[in-house]
Amino acid sequence: MTRIQGGLIDRNRPLSFRFDGRSYSGFEGDTLASALLANGVRLVGRSFKYHRPRGIFSAGSEEPNALVELREGARREPNTRATVVELYDGLVADSQNRIGSLEHDLLSVNDLFAPFFAAGFYYKTFMWPRAFWEKLYEPAIRRAAGLGSLSMLADPDAYDRGFQHPDLLVIGGGAAGLMAALTTGRAGASVLLADEDCRLGGRLLAEGGVIDDTPAADWVAGVVAELENLPNVRILTRTTVFGAYDHGVYGAVERVSDHLPEPGRKVRQTLWRISARHAILATGATERHIPFGDNDRPGIMLAGAMRAYVNRWAVTPQARAEDPVAIFTNNDDGHRTALALAARGVPLAGVIDTRSGVSSLGEYRTFAGATVTGTKGRKGLSAIELRHGGTSEWLNCGALGVSGGWNPNVHLASHHRGRPLWSDEKLAFVPDDNGPQGLLVAGAARGEGSTAEALADGARVALTALEALGISGTAPAIPVASEEPSAIEAFWHVPAKGRAWVDFQNDVTVKDIKLAHQENMRPVEHLKRWTTLGMATDQGKTANVTALAVMAELTGKTIPETGTTIFRPPYTPVSMGVLGGGDTGQRFRPRRLTPTHPWAEAQGAVFVEVGPWMRAQYFPRAGETHWRQTVDREARAVRASVGVCDVTTLGKIDVQGPDAGEFLNRIYANLMGTLKPGKVRYGLMLREDGIAYDDGTCACLAEGHYVVTTTTANAGLVYQRMEFARQCLWPELDVTLISTTDAWAQIAVAGPKSRELLSRIVDGFDMSNDAFPFMGCAELTVCGGLRARLFRISFSGELAYEIAVPARYGNALMERLMDTGKDLDVTAYGTEALGVLRIEKGHATANEINGQTTATMLGMDRMVSRKKDSIGAIMSRREGLSGDARRLVGFVPVDAGEPVVAGSHLVAPGDPVDMAHDQGWITSACYSPHVGSSIGLGYLVNGDSRLGQEFIAANPLEGQSVRVKAVSAHFVDPEGERLRD
Amino acid sequence: MLIPHPLLGLRDAQEFTYLGDASLMARPDPDQPDAEAAFADYVFLRDNPAGVHRELWFHEQGDRSWLVVTRNTVTHEILGAELATDVARRGA
Amino acid sequence: MGFSGFRVIKEALTGHRGWGELWRNLEPKPEYDIIIVGGGGHGLATAYYLASVFKTSRVAVLEKGWLGSGNIGRNTTIIRSNYLLPGNQPFYEFSMKLWENLEQELNFNAMVSQRTIINLFHSDGQRDAYRRRGNAMHLTGAGGRLLSQEELRGIAPFLNFDNARFPIKGGLIQERAGTARHDGVAWGYARGADRRGVDLIQNCEVTGFRIEAGKVLGVETTRGFIGAKKVGVAVAGSSSRVMAKAGMRLPIESHVLQAFVSEGLKPTIPGVITFGAGHFYVSQSDKGGLVFGGDIDGYNSYAQRGNLPVVEDVIEGGMALMPMLGRARLLRSWGGIMDMSMDGSPIIDRTHIDGLYFNGGWCYGGFKATPASGYAFAHLLATDTPHDTATAYRFDRFARGHVVDEKGVGAQPNLH
Repeated sequence: MTRIQGGLIDRNRPLSFRFDGRSYSGFEGDTLASALLANGVRLVGRSFKYHRPRGIFSAGSEEPNALVELREGARREPNTRATVVELYDGLVADSQNRIGSLEHDLLSVNDLFAPFFAAGFYYKTFMWPRAFWEKLYEPAIRRAAGLGSLSMLADPDAYDRGFQHPDLLVIGGGAAGLMAALTTGRAGASVLLADEDCRLGGRLLAEGGVIDDTPAADWVAGVVAELENLPNVRILTRTTVFGAYDHGVYGAVERVSDHLPEPGRKVRQTLWRISARHAILATGATERHIPFGDNDRPGIMLAGAMRAYVNRWAVTPQARAEDPVAIFTNNDDGHRTALALAARGVPLAGVIDTRSGVSSLGEYRTFAGATVTGTKGRKGLSAIELRHGGTSEWLNCGALGVSGGWNPNVHLASHHRGRPLWSDEKLAFVPDDNGPQGLLVAGAARGEGSTAEALADGARVALTALEALGISGTAPAIPVASEEPSAIEAFWHVPAKGRAWVDFQNDVTVKDIKLAHQENMRPVEHLKRWTTLGMATDQGKTANVTALAVMAELTGKTIPETGTTIFRPPYTPVSMGVLGGGDTGQRFRPRRLTPTHPWAEAQGAVFVEVGPWMRAQYFPRAGETHWRQTVDREARAVRASVGVCDVTTLGKIDVQGPDAGEFLNRIYANLMGTLKPGKVRYGLMLREDGIAYDDGTCACLAEGHYVVTTTTANAGLVYQRMEFARQCLWPELDVTLISTTDAWAQIAVAGPKSRELLSRIVDGFDMSNDAFPFMGCAELTVCGGLRARLFRISFSGELAYEIAVPARYGNALMERLMDTGKDLDVTAYGTEALGVLRIEKGHATANEINGQTTATMLGMDRMVSRKKDSIGAIMSRREGLSGDARRLVGFVPVDAGEPVVAGSHLVAPGDPVDMAHDQGWITSACYSPHVGSSIGLGYLVNGDSRLGQEFIAANPLEGQSVRVKAVSAHFVDPEGERLRD
Repeated sequence: MLIPHPLLGLRDAQEFTYLGDASLMARPDPDQPDAEAAFADYVFLRDNPAGVHRELWFHEQGDRSWLVVTRNTVTHEILGAELATDVARRGA
Repeated sequence: MGFSGFRVIKEALTGHRGWGELWRNLEPKPEYDIIIVGGGGHGLATAYYLASVFKTSRVAVLEKGWLGSGNIGRNTTIIRSNYLLPGNQPFYEFSMKLWENLEQELNFNAMVSQRTIINLFHSDGQRDAYRRRGNAMHLTGAGGRLLSQEELRGIAPFLNFDNARFPIKGGLIQERAGTARHDGVAWGYARGADRRGVDLIQNCEVTGFRIEAGKVLGVETTRGFIGAKKVGVAVAGSSSRVMAKAGMRLPIESHVLQAFVSEGLKPTIPGVITFGAGHFYVSQSDKGGLVFGGDIDGYNSYAQRGNLPVVEDVIEGGMALMPMLGRARLLRSWGGIMDMSMDGSPIIDRTHIDGLYFNGGWCYGGFKATPASGYAFAHLLATDTPHDTATAYRFDRFARGHVVDEKGVGAQPNLH
């Protein structure tokens, strides 16, 4: 145990947890990492490629090494950084990326073969024999690669998404962020302050210094108390702002319940979309290390992280309290860690400082002008080799803190692809002015890293933000913080004979960078991709700048000439569950129900998804054991007596105005303006490129009042296009449009007895053929005063009508029709029978009009009027469209027992089944009770002149080949007598 | 993205459907002798600038107006938005 | 000296001192026979086939950034030949055949992995459309099978079969499809071209074309004028920008497509899976990251970054299809600029300017086409006739009405 006094943990709340099956204890306020350290656990993981033993390297979200599988069962979360996991009672975590135990990972054999696995090695081998890649090499590589594993069970937790619209978003609640929130909050701006940690304070919690003569943690508590009392300030802790998007939109994830054993009734996480007028980036900085030989052993960590563990979590970094700790640094900040450790009674082996002539800042030994050149201790550091004054010596130590300077966390400032600028003075990339509009950067995130600088900068930047917001504010008193020495010299890596890691997680060493240079993979993107540098779960937060410096040294260029990699969202990895927003399973998309849904449900209908709609597919009756029995019965009933079907889903667009007729003339390919009140006409719409777009009917209810119907799938699109035509092309036409799809329930009443059935419910309306002929329409009342619209149109080829009533009466109308028509054997039919009836009649639907269809293919080219202009008319005359030889025809199997299968391609008998001999394809097929066999529709080259010829309907995909005969597409009543009867 | 709707203020771009270059409002004269060629250019060819672009957005989840939005395709900065009917009536 | 397992062992034992440069760093010469503008996948492949198949010498590739920095550097790595239309399917099948021998030919392991692709369907209409497509695949020898729901459960038991808003009814599988290591493909072609004498010039941006009397004489670059008998432009994503310098307007809009990768995971999913009821497709890289994507953002953009609604839409689809993904994490998202053409299909053709050739309009499907695109463009540049499988990819197909529109959505690029 290496727990010491103090810290921000609650010793009254001990917590127990398990790691790799062993039980340990910690306290409320611990992270999994601090608790493991407190229990003397140093070996926590294995690296990606060489499976090297690894320990905790950092104290924050930049952690490359300490990745674990957190929780069990369906809640298992692979690759979870132990450094950001809040400890809770009963926490279970396991190490990952190993075969066998963590101690004795069988894959650590990779480390023995490390020389073979140099950068890019896999591009150079595993090529022979060819078939071995998928069968042998790749599976082996895949098993060894990856990190943790998913449970493969459905995520049981709930997620939510929400929206925030603050004046100002403050990202990060450290010294700069707190001052910014305070300054703007006091001025009355609506402020959202978000921090990834569970408590505000940032590095102030880790430094443990004094601000305004009070301990920093107490000062933070005072500020937080004031902010919490400001009604215009909202604080989101455990919230990572992960991306900067356009126009002041930021994505953030709030981990609502991840610190709890289970979410209970809460959501696990919430996705916030934050639209902020301005934002202040106060995300601090991340320490970088200095590569040297064998620098990856457990016990070697960032010096600033050591300070955080000592001050915030009251735990020292070595396994045993008596083991001395050493610091390796090129800057004063490393010495601060030595002071912090010394102050807590941690034995110090000394500070190894690359700078000549520096001296200790306290009671510890400093090796000036010295470097660390090697280490010992396979599963935990035991000694370091240091070189100074031309000699080498070994120092025993149980932990080594490394400080190579700090990299400002500029990520979000670069999410719009602005590149940060190199500062020779700060030896760091700092944000340029070309970041996202409205985003200001404050504190250590722009290189103002000391506590005093960060406090002042937060307030200063806040005033700038207030000015931009047009809110007057006053500069707050800047709290007094102690001076922190911050001198640094450029020192990027210690030349080593062995391996010196730059990117720990992906096992990228200085040698790999040298090899990339040698092989001319020098541009930074080549370096990254060739070596996998910075592509691990930490995205190179502790590695990238150091690697650039090494490459710069090799090429003789400066660091900014060498480049930066591009920062991309998310800042830290974000769970897929929350990005999906929680709309999973049945809630993936809304469900639209037709007006007669309750009635259909009561009948035991089987429903089918049709786009967003649920439609009755068929209505099985007792004794029917196969859907085909039901569908055959329904289709026969329509042809024999009368059937009813809810067709509300067809789009309905109300068109009104003096110029409505002219407008429709331009929308439809055929003449529509000549349509008289009380009449319906079939209409074909083209896209402007001349391809058939949609078809349906247009009814003229009165002078200047039309109802356009569309297919179900195109209801929204046709409306959109019509509005485009109205607003953008012909604003001079006096016409208005509204979609009334949801306003009217529409029921098809089809079959020889449909007139008789409807005549029983109309209020004195003359249904006779003379008074209301085929393609008539009328507004009337039914059932004793209910407003209705009646259209005499037919999709089935039978005498048929469609009747529309206000949507809320749809269910009742259906019930009334079924009740009134009992003696007529009225039969409800679903989409399946609807499909059979329309194929029998040769009507095209989405399978035929699929966006690749010309009017010529449909045999409708002559419908495209030359007497007027309409959308698509001109382009439909291009040679490729007008000369299209394919025609819609019908198909029957030569042997009536064989099926016609949609999707089969047509070839002439005896021809090879290949592209060159392709004659067309079957678009739709069904069993036709009317014909007594399977039938199909399809497009056939020169089809209109090849009726009666036989073809092979080839379906090699399913090993099927059926001899079919081309016939007229009208299997039922080709002369159309029935529907005019 | 946020689109400054001239009537409704800043609206999330998610409420809109995008069509493309505002040149689609300039439908060629179908009665010209070279109408087919003019239509082929109108339908298929685009300036596709890297920079300022006038483009059509439909407020589908809103007031169903078509807007002409002026936006920079490199920075995504929006420089203005007008009702398409106003633009069309102006003949611009 | 070539790459081999033997060589890797030898070098490992001798400190890797023997590895040379993958390609040379060169200064541009004053003149070439053929200049390829764009050192992305298609440009590099074109140069490679010009040198290897058509024995063309004096070829240069001019790249404004680093080799492979085109969309080959940021795609989702899928290779497949499961197209529907006769204008497309033979071309993509030709490409697949080139993929199948690519690594041995290039002596470079691009990790071409024929791990299969499965396109899921959720309705009878979708099944019929996939059957027509699957049969078109068989007509070119590309193979494929229609999978029942039961078979799918065996292959991918983690899919949401039992609580889906749009139930999975089956899938179309192409076993020969899969993935390849995208950067490796660029490097393999670059190294192959370099070794055959092609000059690869990085950091050399083409700023204009020198055209006189309707004939191209060369290109103006940031490193001066370079003369050429023929210039082939392969700069998908920037096609309109570059061709505007030759005074051309294209049937292309530039759109941003986002792509995504998760943290590394142990083997999770086999092959490539595409959702038929939402915008989501996914595969897993050899390194363990789930590589996935969905729809383009939908507005013209040259910004190489997208917005949050599409991120949410794509991952919502992923969660609907594979509810176990909830505990995985998104590691990185990025955006690339797509040449979205007016019919969703590419252009490989001569222009009206003598000596100027164009290859572009790949929408978001260019990666899988890399070998065939390079081969066909090299064929066109070397012989002035289109390759047999690329005859449909002409400029004039739009004006004449011979578009190759797989999705059937017409001249609206953001719907392709």
